[in-house]
Order: sequence, then structure tokens, then C-alpha cells
Amino acid sequence: MANAKPRVKVPKSAKAGEIITIKTLISHKMESGQRKDKAGKVIPRKIINKFTCEFNGTKVFECDIDPAISVNPYIEFTAKVTESGEFKFTWVDDDGSVYETSKKIEVK
Amino acid sequence: MKLDRRQVLGLTAGAAVFAVAGVRVTPATAAAEDAAKRIMEFTGGKQPASGKITLKTPEIAENGNTVPISVSVESAMSGDDMVQSVMILAEGNPNPDVATFHFTELSGEASATTRMRLAKTQNVVAIAKMKDGSVYSDTRQVKVTIGGCGG
Repeated sequence: MANAKPRVKVPKSAKAGEIITIKTLISHKMESGQRKDKAGKVIPRKIINKFTCEFNGTKVFECDIDPAISVNPYIEFTAKVTESGEFKFTWVDDDGSVYETSKKIEVK
Repeated sequence: MKLDRRQVLGLTAGAAVFAVAGVRVTPATAAAEDAAKRIMEFTGGKQPASGKITLKTPEIAENGNTVPISVSVESAMSGDDMVQSVMILAEGNPNPDVATFHFTELSGEASATTRMRLAKTQNVVAIAKMKDGSVYSDTRQVKVTIGGCGG
């Protein structure tokens, strides 16, 4: 699905050592592979199966996703920031496509 | 049946209760057994203890297509007091896997929130694996009005 649109909310700035909350959402239909079409054929599974978040190249959070996650997967998690830098978010689709986005944060 | 007794060993007992209640017997039993097997795989055969981990779910989910769940584990998230991963399982779904969160020292806290699908009223289980090898779990029942797995 080419129109998977990632959206991420990261505070613009934080104090050193502060634990911030990051909210992520990506538009994706998350076809579970359980549904059938009108002809009774199973609609093949097509979901986002992995999500990762890195900060300045170091892994912060990772999530293995199964078909039980809802349409437009929403994931909220925390990160401890000690320096200014960039968060990089990656979603991996069943068909191999990778969706990416990144957000900068300034540490005061 | 007490809640803590129910947690892991009670999975099959739980399925038996479903059978008595006459609620779609076969999928419940199969999925609960599947979930118990998944827990054993995840923990390496260890029986999870209760405590430390908190799973938050709505008591009643009107729409099984999007059920908000959040999980948090008490931990300093440094040194040996670290949460490595947390697995979420839904006992009554066609496939019990929901998601597995992997935390690092940069996570700061072991907590995460997401939205999941639930096919019907069932137990949701969260299991946390710590760096020192100990495992903890928490179970919540969610009543589902409209199932969310299609078909």
C-alpha cells in the first residue's frame, strides 16, 4: 500500500534525562487474513509486522506486530532523552515495503 | 475461581468454563491452549509470577475492532533491573498473538499503549520477560459487544 502515511508526535524539546512519551500512527488497512470476500475467498493477510524506533542510531523501542492489531496501528511508548538528536521510526510491511519518518528533539 | 489461579495454569480450566457456558467451544479451547503454548515458548518453560506488570484494558469494549490496551512494568530500566520484552496474547482470537514490545535502556520506562482487535469476550494476557530471566504476567477479561475479526 503506497499510501501508508506515518504520523508521529514527539515533543519539540525536553530536559536532559527526561522521559518523554512518543505517539505513532500509520495509516494501513492491516488486512488480518481472517476475512473473506463476497465470493467466500480468504483475503490474503497484509499487515505491518514490525515497528522500530531509533535515537541517533541506537535502538529505543521495537514492536513485533501480529494481525490482532487494529487498522491504522497506533503505538505509544516512552523514551529517555539525554542529548539533542533525531528519532527515526520504521514500519515494515508484509510485502517488504518500509515506511520511514523521523523527528528531531532539542535537549535543553 | 480466583483470578491469580487462573492466570496461566487456569487457561485450560477457563476454556472448560466456556464449554459449560456453551460459548463456541472449539475455538475457545484451541486458542487458549495455543496461548498457553505461546507463553511457554516466550518464557522458556517458566511459570510467570504475578505482580510488577500491569495490563490496562477497558472492561467492556463496544467495538472489538479497536480495543485500547496499555501495559506497564515496574522497573528501573537500567543494569539488571530491565524489562526485555512484553508479549500480549488474546486467548479467544483465531490467532492468540497480538504484539510483542521490546524495550531498551533508552526506553526509560517499560510502558506501551496500542489498539487491538478482539473477536469476542475473552481474557487478554500480558507477559513480561526481565533481563534476570524472571517472568511476570497479568490477565484482564474484556467483554466484547461486537467482534472485530471479520468473517
